[in-house]
Amino acid sequence: MDLSAINWLTLLASLMVAATPILLAGIGELVVEKSGVLNLGVEGMMITGAICGFAAAYNTQSAFVGFAAAAAGGAALSMIFGLMTQVLMSNQVATGLALTLFGLGFSALLGQSYIGIKGIEVSAVPLGPLADIPVLGPVLFQHDAVVYVAIALVASVWAFLKFTRAGLTLRAVGENHDAAHALGYKVVLIRLAAIGFGGACAGLGGAYLSLVRVPQWTEGMTAGAGWIALALVVFASWRPWRVLIGAYLFGGITVLQLNLQAAGAKIPVEYLSMSPYVITIIVLVVMSSGRGRAALAAPAALGRVFHKSG
Amino acid sequence: MIALEKRPAPSRAWSMATPFLAVLLTMIAGGIMFAILGKDPFAAIRTIFYDPLFNAQFASYSRPQLLVKAGPLILIAIGLSLGFRAGIWNIGAEGQYIIGAICGAATGLAFYPMESWIILPLMIIAGALGGLLWAMVPALLKTLFNTNEILVSLLMVYIAEQLLAAMALGALRSPDGGGFPGSRNLQQYPSAHNAELIAGTGLHLGVIAALIAVIMAYILLSRHMLGFHIQLAGSAPKAARFAGAKPGLLVVTCMGISGGLAGLAGLFEVAGPAGQISIDFNSGYGFTAIIVAFLGRLNPIGILLAGLLMALTYIGGELAQFTLGLPAASIQAFQGMLLFFLLGVDMLTNFRLRWKTKGAV
Repeated sequence: MDLSAINWLTLLASLMVAATPILLAGIGELVVEKSGVLNLGVEGMMITGAICGFAAAYNTQSAFVGFAAAAAGGAALSMIFGLMTQVLMSNQVATGLALTLFGLGFSALLGQSYIGIKGIEVSAVPLGPLADIPVLGPVLFQHDAVVYVAIALVASVWAFLKFTRAGLTLRAVGENHDAAHALGYKVVLIRLAAIGFGGACAGLGGAYLSLVRVPQWTEGMTAGAGWIALALVVFASWRPWRVLIGAYLFGGITVLQLNLQAAGAKIPVEYLSMSPYVITIIVLVVMSSGRGRAALAAPAALGRVFHKSG
Repeated sequence: MIALEKRPAPSRAWSMATPFLAVLLTMIAGGIMFAILGKDPFAAIRTIFYDPLFNAQFASYSRPQLLVKAGPLILIAIGLSLGFRAGIWNIGAEGQYIIGAICGAATGLAFYPMESWIILPLMIIAGALGGLLWAMVPALLKTLFNTNEILVSLLMVYIAEQLLAAMALGALRSPDGGGFPGSRNLQQYPSAHNAELIAGTGLHLGVIAALIAVIMAYILLSRHMLGFHIQLAGSAPKAARFAGAKPGLLVVTCMGISGGLAGLAGLFEVAGPAGQISIDFNSGYGFTAIIVAFLGRLNPIGILLAGLLMALTYIGGELAQFTLGLPAASIQAFQGMLLFFLLGVDMLTNFRLRWKTKGAV
């Protein structure tokens, strides 16, 4: 194996691209879980977003329309989950699984005529003079707009949860829905809004895969990214900036293993490909074991059914 | 205005009726989906649910397939249902199924070309052990480190898939295969072949195992202390502790049983209908079994029926692809829809609908 064949600068630059899908999905799921809802359907919403985005972008030749359609598709699918868990009070774990199973089938159905088609070009948006800084410029400031949008989204979610009244209400609903209800907050509506936001974010993340990262449509192309996004929220102990750190760490591992494959490592490709999943599991274990704080930081009402009595 | 009122106890009648209602609603929603796809909805529904069993032309091929497909679904779903009842979510059965197949096939191939009656039993043990050990990873991480078993068991599926590819291309690749991926075909190795027991019925050892699992699960849940603990842990975790159930042990037991059964299903598939370890050996039984478990209301007898129905949608779906040109993915969406409707109408089991006039509050 020739490690010098790996261009470390390109690797760092592609790390941000590799991290963006799970970053988007992760920050969306963080808001959902902060409101006390566990939506395990991230994978299904991501893949639906991937095909909605790809199809819309291909038909209009506009990346913007593509991403907008992906967000709408993800949000629409999440509303099925919202309706089921919030109005019909179904089990959140089972409904989330159903969302993933349905999303995988549904997306494959929508995507039949798009298999093997080359996607549109999503151009990079160099950030003015910043992009010309040697070394740092190409790594940080020559990406497409979505990479920056994702980071901005993390910042906004952080500020929203920390500084705004609405953010406080959302957290209150997630910690104790009965108390929030007694204070006159519309628990169900707030949760539906959070679920919709999570769906839109997951849709965007999926579209980033099919429009930028790959860029093509293949069935089941998310390959567990939605589940990794769920793990990311646990890793982050439900804190927005840690989702960013986690996503970039994970993106780094993904890119590194791809580069090792290309550099002709002696390890078979399959074992390198499984490394992101193995590392995700190890990280989960570290975070949730005794000294880890994940168990303590979880919203208290996470996954519990709210039924307004009387 | 409709208001929901919680029932003091879940309604038994609705509990029985909801699966049928869900199937009916899925047929209607699926029919609409097929109509949007430009297919005759009535023809599509008939092709999926009726033709595989009764159409003069296709039934002779389709009928045996019913048991071939239902066997693994039931076997896996029985295992999953025990955990689901106790609130332990093993959703990585697909991975345990793959590892069971790899371990079982590897054991058989290790003896090739020796012929002996002992080979198939050894493979069965290896398959069950493989699935069990794979499920032990999330189970032990859950008990020792309190790691979320849903995420770990699911992530293990992707690891198992990569391992499957590595095996099909590497260690288990057939030396006589001319460099193509995939192992030797176990169907051509009599000692390792899980053959049809009665020609033309699709009945193989895996189907027998599934039936035994149904009976064992029924006895376990209705007559055995462990079954009592499982049910109690799901409905009242605190009471379960007082009744002497050990949560950690329960996690390991439920995960172990479901992993072992999924591994068995994988072994019977690879040694029988599939024949070989190949890159695309797994076909989603581990995930569909989740739907089967819920559709069967986590009840062994219910799972038996639900498994047969789900197998029917697989076969009918293939038939509809062939005769109506219905896309394969539409069946997957159809199955997902079924789970949605089931969980949605399940509300009727736990809540009563009441018409409420404004102001009467």
